[in-house]
Amino acid sequence: MKILTLNFLTCARKTCKSSPAAFPLHPRDAELEIVETEFNALFIQNILPRVEWDALKGLCTELGLTNVPPEAPEPKELFDTSIKSAGIDEKEKEPTQLTRDLHNLLLETTIQSGKLVCGNCGHEYAIKEGIANFLLPSHMV
Amino acid sequence: MDDTEKYGQAYEAKHVHEVYEEIADHFSGTRYKPWPIVERFLQSLPDGSVGLDIGCGNGKYLLVNRDVFIIASDRSSNLVRIAAKHAPHAALVADTLSLPHRAGTFDFAISIAMIHHLSTTERRVEAIAGILELLMAQNGKALIYVWALEQRDSRRGWDKGEAQDVLVPWVLKDQKGKQSKGKDRKENNNDVNENDLEEKVYQRYYHLFREGELEDNIVAAGGTVLESGYEKDNWWAIAAPANHD
Repeated sequence: MKILTLNFLTCARKTCKSSPAAFPLHPRDAELEIVETEFNALFIQNILPRVEWDALKGLCTELGLTNVPPEAPEPKELFDTSIKSAGIDEKEKEPTQLTRDLHNLLLETTIQSGKLVCGNCGHEYAIKEGIANFLLPSHMV
Repeated sequence: MDDTEKYGQAYEAKHVHEVYEEIADHFSGTRYKPWPIVERFLQSLPDGSVGLDIGCGNGKYLLVNRDVFIIASDRSSNLVRIAAKHAPHAALVADTLSLPHRAGTFDFAISIAMIHHLSTTERRVEAIAGILELLMAQNGKALIYVWALEQRDSRRGWDKGEAQDVLVPWVLKDQKGKQSKGKDRKENNNDVNENDLEEKVYQRYYHLFREGELEDNIVAAGGTVLESGYEKDNWWAIAAPANHD
């Protein structure tokens, strides 16, 4: 489970869905692993406005990850804007180290095992072999 | 939960969930070619769009566009394990009727060959309503694809007026205990002696949609149909929340 994925998850119980306390889910007993994946700077640029930064910061603190910028980065911080790259095609712009760090944090840092806990009802969802399971016991549906 | 609801759930557990869990590897080996309408839909999305693939199976649609982010889900953990390999996307185990996402969040959703596994109209409409609710109210859209009753020219040959709720066998053949040459259709097989194979037949439940039924279900779910059609034995529709622009 990628850190980015957590940005789009909440509790599966209908009674929790509209509760602000159910987002984000809280990782517990998380075992982290870096899984390398292809770097796509434009993907990072495009996805960034969708990331709820305060929620991300909270999650990262809970996971013991310290390399999160205090504020959501501006698009202009993601690419080198020095003279040599001015006027060239968007796809050929040189991404900054910040963009590579965000790629590492959002897409490559994964929870291999542990739990995701709902802050509203306390229900725990297991993550095993990197895959989270949101199936509910029938009395909770 | 009333009795029909409970019965529907138990029935699907036996005739959908258990079957896919058992046939996952082999099923996945036969599902790799994306359907053109789905491919077109996914490729038309602006870069950076965020969406869902509900009932993702082995995740074959996660290969189509790597410039969007898709959170895929399926009830079968064996299929999700296969789907989880397709970067940059994500895959998780979840039930269609209890998805772990917030309302009004996503640009798009696809639900390909999934809704037809739900065994009552109420459950099918509920699933569609659940998908529409997750979309952004202004411009979110969902592509839904279901098996058609009208498929006279297919090898199954079903057509108008026939029963819509059917069990479709999936034949898995075990070769000396190893899963190998199972097929959901008869096929000539020269490299193995048929006598060495032990057949196991799994019955999958399907509701075959008649013409117009998918659109009716979308409207009953409170949605709007933006576009719809027929492609190779299937009905499809692009749906949006009712207050869509």
